[in-house]
Amino acid sequence: MTHYLLRRLLAMPLLLLGVATMAFLLGNFVKGDPLASILNDRQMANPEAVAAAKARWGLERSIPERYVIYVGNLLEGDLGVSFRTKRPVMRDLLDRLPATLELVISAMLFGTLAGMAIGVLAAHFRNGPVDHGARIVALIGSSVPVFWSGLIALYVFSVQLSWLPGPGRLAPALKPPETVTGFYTVDALLAGEWGTFANALSHLVLPTVMLGWAVLGIISRMIRASMLDVMQQDFITTARAKGAGTLRLLLRHALRNAMVPALTIIGFSFAYLITGAILTETVFSWPGIGSYAVDAARSLDHPAIIGVTIVGALAFLLANLLTDIAYVFANPRIRLE
Amino acid sequence: MSEPALLEVRDLRVSFKTAAGELEAVCGVDLDLAAGEVLGVVGESGSGKSVALKAIMGLLPPRARVTGSIRFRGRELLGASEREMRRLRGGRIALIFQDPLTAFNPMLTIGEQIAEMLMLHDRSLSRAQLRARTVELLELVSIPEPSSRIDQYPHEFSGGMRQRAMIAMAVANRPELLIADEPTTALDVTVQAQILDVLRDLQRELDIGLALVTHDLGVVAGMAHRVSVMYSGRIVEHAAVDDLFAAPRHPYTRALLASIPRLEGARGRLASIDGSPPSLAGRPPGCAFAPRCPMSAAVCRSERPALRPVGGSRSACHFAEQLGARTEEAQALR
Ligand SMILES: Nc1ncnc2c1ncn2[C@@H]1O[C@H](COP(=O)(O)OP(=O)(O)OP(=O)(O)O)[C@@H](O)[C@H]1O
Ligand code: SF4
Ligand SMILES: [Mg+2]
Repeated sequence: MTHYLLRRLLAMPLLLLGVATMAFLLGNFVKGDPLASILNDRQMANPEAVAAAKARWGLERSIPERYVIYVGNLLEGDLGVSFRTKRPVMRDLLDRLPATLELVISAMLFGTLAGMAIGVLAAHFRNGPVDHGARIVALIGSSVPVFWSGLIALYVFSVQLSWLPGPGRLAPALKPPETVTGFYTVDALLAGEWGTFANALSHLVLPTVMLGWAVLGIISRMIRASMLDVMQQDFITTARAKGAGTLRLLLRHALRNAMVPALTIIGFSFAYLITGAILTETVFSWPGIGSYAVDAARSLDHPAIIGVTIVGALAFLLANLLTDIAYVFANPRIRLE
Repeated sequence: MSEPALLEVRDLRVSFKTAAGELEAVCGVDLDLAAGEVLGVVGESGSGKSVALKAIMGLLPPRARVTGSIRFRGRELLGASEREMRRLRGGRIALIFQDPLTAFNPMLTIGEQIAEMLMLHDRSLSRAQLRARTVELLELVSIPEPSSRIDQYPHEFSGGMRQRAMIAMAVANRPELLIADEPTTALDVTVQAQILDVLRDLQRELDIGLALVTHDLGVVAGMAHRVSVMYSGRIVEHAAVDDLFAAPRHPYTRALLASIPRLEGARGRLASIDGSPPSLAGRPPGCAFAPRCPMSAAVCRSERPALRPVGGSRSACHFAEQLGARTEEAQALR
């Protein structure tokens, strides 16, 4: 088993190179002149300015040449300089990573925990009103796109009811807490700034729920199905024959077993979160990598696009690796091989 | 005479709601078990043995309808509260399954599962006490190196060791009644005898009333005091074990005894009677065994024979009195 994980770990750099290559090729063959995103119209009319810009950004070289340079830089952790922000892409990404991670992790936690709870309840009360309700909740989560549900949620809970704040990570009047982890909630707690913590948390609620909802949908369905399967098994009857109560049966005996097949789905849903984060960040003006990606795409900012792609792929690969490790550890039959 | 009987089941009926309508899997079964006694329950697959015994512990799914009376030490269990049933289950009444691999939770260690059994019935036990008791129990069923095996998972145990652990778990709280549903069927022939020895020793030592479901008449001969033979949801013969082998009072029992192969060391499986039992939906109006019975007559197909005393036994056959010759096969087995 350790062998298998080791192989997976070794394959990661290769996969990343593949992704970077794909991103590079796509970036260079899409229609649209990147110069247009660097220069304004007047400069574009000036051949000297165009030539200078081409030289500065290396655009006069051939694509293979650019690829070799690009990969060489990549190996040093250099993702190039953004056409749009004129800053190293790596810097931009690192600055924005905590915001995205804070959102994705809390959406993941929410989606997984609520999904598990709903899945267990739906299985226990199968074919009853609770089960039907759970099915509808799951269906909405996995079929309604975030840009739509997010806007409605903002309108209802922020504009109409004023229960929750509008877009952004923090009220404009507040100063972000001193950076330790980059997560506003955690940093505010560490600094003991309760007001900032409460405000950051309340800003996190809507995007978390909207982004996590789809995960909740997938996981609750998966847990329900595997719970129903597990509840049929002999060892559940054994546990009942021992005098175990319903809660113990459901959580200690059934859920533990039902979690194993569901873990793979949790890994998959992480991939969804990465793409879902782009839409969510746009709707909620969340200053993370997702909204950076949208800005980069709009302005044909090739280095930024490729950088984002690589970060996304890396996150996906890491999530899958973590899922595999969790899968191994959750299952004594595999762990002890 | 003051103490009420350990187990007294009267007119137990169990039916399942299915797409094909309500099907009766157990149709009026009586069972009696005294403290320290072993009752063998035999019968072909599908005859309702497991369903009847699960009903006693209240372990059937909610869609099963159970009627009749189940008295445990005089207390009526049908309709008892879930709370009361939970206290009895694993405490005074315990269960051993056929296949110890599927009967243990694969995610928990053997020790955790036995300790849970203890803990569920005595919350005052400390962690250390639970562990010590669990080791003792594993020792009781002769599992070697119990203090290290306690931390292993079910899949790390061999089949025989798993069933030993299952027995240890079942007797953890000194039950008065133990229900063993084919405890050796899933095991290698070579370990079956060892497991039965363990079970018999513990049953005697702890004076447990044991309801032993089995396909194996050899096991019945060696362990049971009395035997109930089930066919298609009913008891067709009930007898002291010696009487059953010496003078079977029902053609079905006779067929079972005749089907025992006389090969050296082989154990009799019950599947080798010609034909198969009727489906739950397709029971004939008279005697359910009539289609396969060599003695069946017109009356058998119109009137259902009631279970009635014949000699020292009870039999549900119109012609029970005409049976009773000791079969050679049974003699050979004894
Ligand atoms: N949950 C259930 N729903 C519907 N029918 C059931 C259910 N459980 C058992 N039955 C039916 O009840 C009948 C008796 O089954 P049971 O398991 O008691 O047989 P058995 O005598 O224990 O057989 P075996 O020797 O194979 O264990 C069978 O026809 C079976 O299909
Ligand atoms: S009643 Fe008739 S059919 Fe049934 S067992 Fe007796 S002889 Fe056979
Ligand atoms: Mg059975």
